[in-house]
Amino acid sequence: MSAAPASAMSLGLAGCEVCGLVSRPPAGAAMARCPRCGERLHCRRPASIERCWALVIAALILYVPANLLPVLTTSTPLGGVSDTIMQGVIELWSPSSWPLAIVVFVASITIPLGKLIALAYLLITVRRGSVRSMEQRVRLYRMVKFIGRWSMLDVFVDTFVVALVQLKPLMWVEPGPGVIFFAGVVVVTMIAVNNFDPRLIWDLPQQEKQDHA
Amino acid sequence: MSDRRAPHPLLLACPDCDLLQRLPQVAAGTTVYCARCHTPLWRCNTDSPNRTLALALAAGILLLIANTVPMLGLSVAGRETFTTVIGGVLAMWHEGRQVVAMLVLFTAVLAPALEIACLLTVAVAVRRSLAPPWVGMLLRSYELIREWSMIEIMLLGVLVALIKIAELATVIPGLALFVLGTLVFLLAAMAAVFDPRDAWARVAWTASAPNELGAQRLPEAMP
Repeated sequence: MSAAPASAMSLGLAGCEVCGLVSRPPAGAAMARCPRCGERLHCRRPASIERCWALVIAALILYVPANLLPVLTTSTPLGGVSDTIMQGVIELWSPSSWPLAIVVFVASITIPLGKLIALAYLLITVRRGSVRSMEQRVRLYRMVKFIGRWSMLDVFVDTFVVALVQLKPLMWVEPGPGVIFFAGVVVVTMIAVNNFDPRLIWDLPQQEKQDHA
Repeated sequence: MSDRRAPHPLLLACPDCDLLQRLPQVAAGTTVYCARCHTPLWRCNTDSPNRTLALALAAGILLLIANTVPMLGLSVAGRETFTTVIGGVLAMWHEGRQVVAMLVLFTAVLAPALEIACLLTVAVAVRRSLAPPWVGMLLRSYELIREWSMIEIMLLGVLVALIKIAELATVIPGLALFVLGTLVFLLAAMAAVFDPRDAWARVAWTASAPNELGAQRLPEAMP
């Protein structure tokens, strides 16, 4: 730990995002490839901030119909009931199954929204070149990456409820249009996180301008 | 082994903060963290290819069983219905939600199958002193597919569905449910035992570029 910490980029090196090999991209070349795995080599993911913003906004738009449209419609000879995600959580709330209701609430409502807020915060602080709480921010990024996939929970719940409750003409369940938008939110936010380059958090403002491509 | 190995096999740049550092010599079973942002960088595993092979084989067999036997049954007023994972996909498809059906098929069946198949092939291929470059392609696919493999989330989803339905009818848990439960642990163990750094070091390079990295004094990652 005696040496001064230096990023690979500041030394003209790039760590391959696929195989991890650190190599020196040839100077002046428009596009370098990793000598080991052939992956395109760049010091920072190209247009990371712009792509991530675009996907965050897309997910935010999808989030509205995902929560307002019904995800399940339960039909009996007496009529049908449509449930949105939130109504599904309320229905699950009972003295015996309330822990599961909390899990579904967190996975379907809190995680997607929290993920979008966290990404927006990371994008804004990176754009501003903030030098504060870098370690906490990279931890936030790792958390978002790790728990984001759990939002898929509700898609699986709906799928198997629909598959099982097919007892026509007694009772049957159909998936509502909300489930498409909800699945869209999950996929788009996962891709958004993958487009964010956490190494930007550590770049000092003047360094960022040097090699942004 | 080969003259085309990384010139500095212990050198790495943190994927989360780009800090250039070198890996310390550590005992097997130790995880090394980035000196600056504390991201786990590497876990030193013993006998990684053999253990990966064993776990991937077991996981492959369980995945096959899990997708062929019934997972959940429902009994109401003398009528019984059974479904498998694929049954859930088909139900969504027939109800007009093809996009969702494909997403479920991909995350619950195809991605786990590909994840296992990739590691199975890699674990066999790296036994040779120098694995051909297509092994690198598989390694790359494995990294891409991993986060889309969601068996554990599907299992929790099935559990929630089960409790939702239990108020309406009698639910019969099928064999596949228990097989999937075991598979979750096997997949986690497989990912923990597999050492991508070690596997990459055994793959032939696509280009023979000299890597003049210079002789900087570098911080050491922390065990």
